[in-house]
Amino acid sequence: MMVDIQGLTKKYGSFTALDNLTLSLDEGVVFGFVGANGAGKSTTFSILSTLLSPSAGDALINGKSVVREPKEVRKQIGYMPDFFGVYDQLKADEYLDFYGASYGLPAAERRVLIPQLLELVNLTEKRFEYVDLLSRGMKQRLCLARSLIHDPKVLILDEPASGLDPRARVEMRDILKHLKSMGKTILISSHILPELAEMCDEIGVIDNGKLIAHGNVAQIQDQLQGDKRIIVKVMDDLEKARAFFEEDPFVSSIEMTHGKNEVAFNYRGKTMDQVNLLRKALLADISIFSLTEEEKDLEDVFMAITKGADEK
Amino acid sequence: MMERFSNPVLLKELKLRFRSFKSFSGLMFYLAVLCIFVTGFLLIYTQFSGTGFFRPRDSFTMFAVLSVIQMGLVMFITPGLTAGAISTEREKQTLNILLTTTQSSTQIIVGKLLSSVAFLVLMLLAGLPLYSLVFLFGGVSPSQLITIFLFYLVTLIAIGSIGIMFSTITKRTIVSMIATYGAMIFLGGITAFLFFVGVSMDQMFMYSGNPQPNAAPFSPIPYFWASINPGALMVTILYPEMATSLESAVGVSIPVWVSYLIFYVLLTAFCLLIAIRKLRANMKTNR
Ligand SMILES: Nc1ncnc2c1ncn2[C@@H]1O[C@H](COP(=O)(O)OP(=O)(O)O)[C@@H](O)[C@H]1O
Ligand SMILES: [Mg+2]
Repeated sequence: MMVDIQGLTKKYGSFTALDNLTLSLDEGVVFGFVGANGAGKSTTFSILSTLLSPSAGDALINGKSVVREPKEVRKQIGYMPDFFGVYDQLKADEYLDFYGASYGLPAAERRVLIPQLLELVNLTEKRFEYVDLLSRGMKQRLCLARSLIHDPKVLILDEPASGLDPRARVEMRDILKHLKSMGKTILISSHILPELAEMCDEIGVIDNGKLIAHGNVAQIQDQLQGDKRIIVKVMDDLEKARAFFEEDPFVSSIEMTHGKNEVAFNYRGKTMDQVNLLRKALLADISIFSLTEEEKDLEDVFMAITKGADEK
Repeated sequence: MMERFSNPVLLKELKLRFRSFKSFSGLMFYLAVLCIFVTGFLLIYTQFSGTGFFRPRDSFTMFAVLSVIQMGLVMFITPGLTAGAISTEREKQTLNILLTTTQSSTQIIVGKLLSSVAFLVLMLLAGLPLYSLVFLFGGVSPSQLITIFLFYLVTLIAIGSIGIMFSTITKRTIVSMIATYGAMIFLGGITAFLFFVGVSMDQMFMYSGNPQPNAAPFSPIPYFWASINPGALMVTILYPEMATSLESAVGVSIPVWVSYLIFYVLLTAFCLLIAIRKLRANMKTNR
């Protein structure tokens, strides 16, 4: 296990920003951490990066505790904050050289490494440019190169794609794919789920400081499948249809629209339950002429599970 | 093995400092002030004496005033160089990244301090040619000059540490600047005021309340204020007879420079310790 988060809790005064978060990730996994703004993603990543002490709990990075051995953890992680700045009057290669030295890399090693890293993030031709003059996307990639300089096993990237134009996003994604192929364990956060779905092996959804879902993309989608909305149109006797469906244990939030002869409800059962329900409906002589499922895409899943996050 | 002792923050700061126009213009400003002063002094003195000559006594006066002015400049410039050391990184959002590297808090703080100290030492050295004028005319011993420079060093390291401490514990550079200049005004000005107030109060007390006519004066608190004042230190180094009269006036026989040295070394240690402990304020385990 490369990342092992155990009951992590962070309180700011009486406000609980992070509530008993437990999560473990194997080596080489790309983990997408999704949550609305203020859900606690940055707080989690700051704790993992040894910038913040948890109020309770601990996290092990490659077996090293962020609470007890922060210096050891720093060797294992490359961290990219959600907001960061660069030193002005420093050129790209000097920028990387400074951080290389900050990790105690010998000068000779840094000289070899810097061109390779710049190549990796497509900034070779910007090597002797001042970093504060680079575009946002370039700064972002340079910061990513910086976080790789000591060859960390785990990358912690806090919203690496935020504020980037679509083209820069694609570039960032390609680099991340490359890093994944190098066997790095990568944690990426975002407040947009589809952005992560494509490149992540696992997704965790955080809401109000609580991890409310964790699994691969299909599993996360499944969580929604249990809570889809079904719309049934009947020829006549809407009341009868309503009474029938209301009895089913998997049905909730039932609604009737008289004008359209429609009954709509949330359905939580599995596929087989749904088949049985329809069979019974036909036997009960309910004149169904149409049945539709409201399709929800990933974004809707996310909206559904994080509902209420913005209402605090 | 070089790598073990190298300090990345120090090297980077030096690089940036010598690259920036601000440092260059600061250095020029400093040299200009000294030059204007020296030329003015020479002009005035040669005209006063009427002879157009400059005597060793005048040369010593020039040395004395030059030393005090330089101390003033050091005290004025050091806070500007150090009070933003950490808070600027915080404001520019580079601090978090720096703190996730494997550098220890001590390394970062010491690197920040030394880079400012190095610049200030360069500045003092750049002013040395002006002192050669003083040597040309005589009246000053090299050992006096060295002593004075050592005390500059002690003072600028101490003020630099105060600046770095405030820069670490305050969120904003402007607040840190104000606090550091405040501390400097206290050390350079308010202590003198407190000294005079203390001495006159002690004297009043002795003449009115105490009937013993030739009781030796004893005013340790005013002595303390005098001994931590950089200006007072300069005067006692330049005019040793002033040191003796001060010591007899307050009835404390520890030389002022000894108390000064002890106080400023302790102050430096205290400020650096606080800065190192507070750098990673959000982490319980520090250093
Ligand atoms: N220093 C702080 N003091 C008080 N509350 C904070 C502090 N930092 C973050 N918070 C609160 O903690 C919650 C989680 O913040 P954060 O982890 O930054 O969320 P995210 O990165 O998911 O948008 C937010 O409600 C935020 O207001
Ligand atoms: Mg955030």
